[in-house]
Amino acid sequence: MNTVAVVGFSSAGTSLTTSGVETLVPVITAALEDAGLGRREVDFWCSGSSDYLAGRAFSFVSAVDAIGAVPPIAESHVEMDAAWALYEAYLKILAGEAETALVYGFGKGTAGDLDRVLSLQLDPYTVAPLWPGAVGIAALQARLALDAGLFTEDDMARVVGRRAEGPYLSCPLREHDVARVADGAAAVVLAASDRARRLRERPARISGFAHRVDPQGLGERDLTTVPSAVAAARDAGLDGTVDVAALHAPFTHQELLLREVVRAGSYLPFGANAMFSAGLSRIGSAAGEVMSGRARTAVGHATSGPALQQNLVCVLEA
Amino acid sequence: MDTLAAPLTIAFDYTRSLGPVLGRFMAGLRERRVLGARTSDGRVHVPPLEYDPVTHEPVTDLVEVSPTGTVVSWTWNPRPVEGQPLDRPFGWALIRLDGADTPLLHAVDAEDLNTGMRVRIRWSAQRTGHIRDIACFEPGESDISEISEEFEPVEIMTTPIRLHYQHTTSAEEDRYLRALEQGRIIGQRCPACRKVYVPPRVCPADGVAPDEVVEVADRGMVTTFCVVNVPFAGQRLTPPYVVAQVLLDGADIPISHLILGVEAADVRMGMRVAAVWRDRSRWSTTPENIDHFEPTGEPDAPYESYGEHL
Repeated sequence: MNTVAVVGFSSAGTSLTTSGVETLVPVITAALEDAGLGRREVDFWCSGSSDYLAGRAFSFVSAVDAIGAVPPIAESHVEMDAAWALYEAYLKILAGEAETALVYGFGKGTAGDLDRVLSLQLDPYTVAPLWPGAVGIAALQARLALDAGLFTEDDMARVVGRRAEGPYLSCPLREHDVARVADGAAAVVLAASDRARRLRERPARISGFAHRVDPQGLGERDLTTVPSAVAAARDAGLDGTVDVAALHAPFTHQELLLREVVRAGSYLPFGANAMFSAGLSRIGSAAGEVMSGRARTAVGHATSGPALQQNLVCVLEA
Repeated sequence: MDTLAAPLTIAFDYTRSLGPVLGRFMAGLRERRVLGARTSDGRVHVPPLEYDPVTHEPVTDLVEVSPTGTVVSWTWNPRPVEGQPLDRPFGWALIRLDGADTPLLHAVDAEDLNTGMRVRIRWSAQRTGHIRDIACFEPGESDISEISEEFEPVEIMTTPIRLHYQHTTSAEEDRYLRALEQGRIIGQRCPACRKVYVPPRVCPADGVAPDEVVEVADRGMVTTFCVVNVPFAGQRLTPPYVVAQVLLDGADIPISHLILGVEAADVRMGMRVAAVWRDRSRWSTTPENIDHFEPTGEPDAPYESYGEHL
């Protein structure tokens, strides 16, 4: 069976237009340059985005413009963070249907009110009609963890190098506990192992990759133990401590919950929450640590859904 | 860069069919009763589950639980927004109703909200079989004096969804719209394949940003067209009328527009047409500055001149 490696990565922290096409062109070009791969050498393309983010129908179709789809290409899309598109591309290469793949995610999170848009991913019968918002639900999770004594508000603040002071945004979450909503795009290039070694001296081989989901009902799972992250880490073969991890945690308490699941010598700080590319960027950043020689083992993590409902763990090795 | 931007609101009233479990749950709310789903392990879930997570069998056993419960977790919402249960600051809480094993999420109208607080349902005056039949929760215990009676499940619930955006144009779109405001039509050339895109856009064949700005004519030829015979909501013209792809002279990609001033039956592929602009005083940064296209009376363009643009 093939093994698969990350051979290129690029990201941007902007998205001028609601279509995102213009932002993707330079990001895709840079990722291909990083991998030393030509655009026509990509066997499979896969993207992650959602029309709800910018209120634009079929935005993933117009995004295909950024690829250049003549002559015809093999392409797919997930309505999730592009980390899940990376999983699809990974399977495609494992199955021998492609030797190389480029995965990209994009979104203009600032086009609408993200907190409100994310209400629509909740149960449409009993929860979404209340419009509780992503921050409020995360706050309920943080409270449960604080009440259980797992950590303190000071511990949460320390994740972003702050002290627990100042007014609450949605208690017990303060402004610094909530990642800034951002626009963004990211691209990761994958290659089967033989090809990867020809493309670059030190590819980041994917040694384990899994994603799992918890029940949709917020009362149906233990919000403090993140069962789907535990299961994904186990399925990805994660045991022991890796050199470095890049966790996708839009809230500081979620970083702390996830650090209990993914043990690492150090954690790359999470910047802004660029929906649909943030998770892919975490994997790209973790891979970058391996490709650069700064780390031998790394984990990239991505989350989706309310209060860490879905989790994906990608283990990378030199 | 300051490109043209405008507010955009998307709204839709979602009608959702409920099925046997949620249909009875919502009907219960209408009667001021809360039903939970009992699964094979004996646990009672509120809101109810439709399928047993252990056996994967459909849930059939619905049991009544109390409208009073205990706050399991909470947060404070200082700035309520459109659509939320209360229009003044309120709490969100996970509330485990007495008799239930799982908590449900709802709003609580109490400033001194705390974990462990006892709260009861405040029912809406108008109940329709919807989660919003629970107006919110409030501190206190409720008297359980409801009379059990049979009631028909709710079949459909309606949930209005409204989202607001700021729609922003790209530099190319911005340039195109500002030219239209001056009565000009511009395209941009792909640096790789040299094709002129109107409106300008990233070349979908080559994946590169467009380059040289090219002014194109406000006249051209019909490549292909359809006759609209079907009436629909919001239709501005009376059928039959023609919507065509018009390849402007100097452009490589046709635009869509109306062909008027001619019988629908007389429109042909290759027909030469020209833009009919609205009165200059009404021009703004919109394609609507061109009201429609009309035949020019010139001889039809030969098929070879537009065949590759179909």
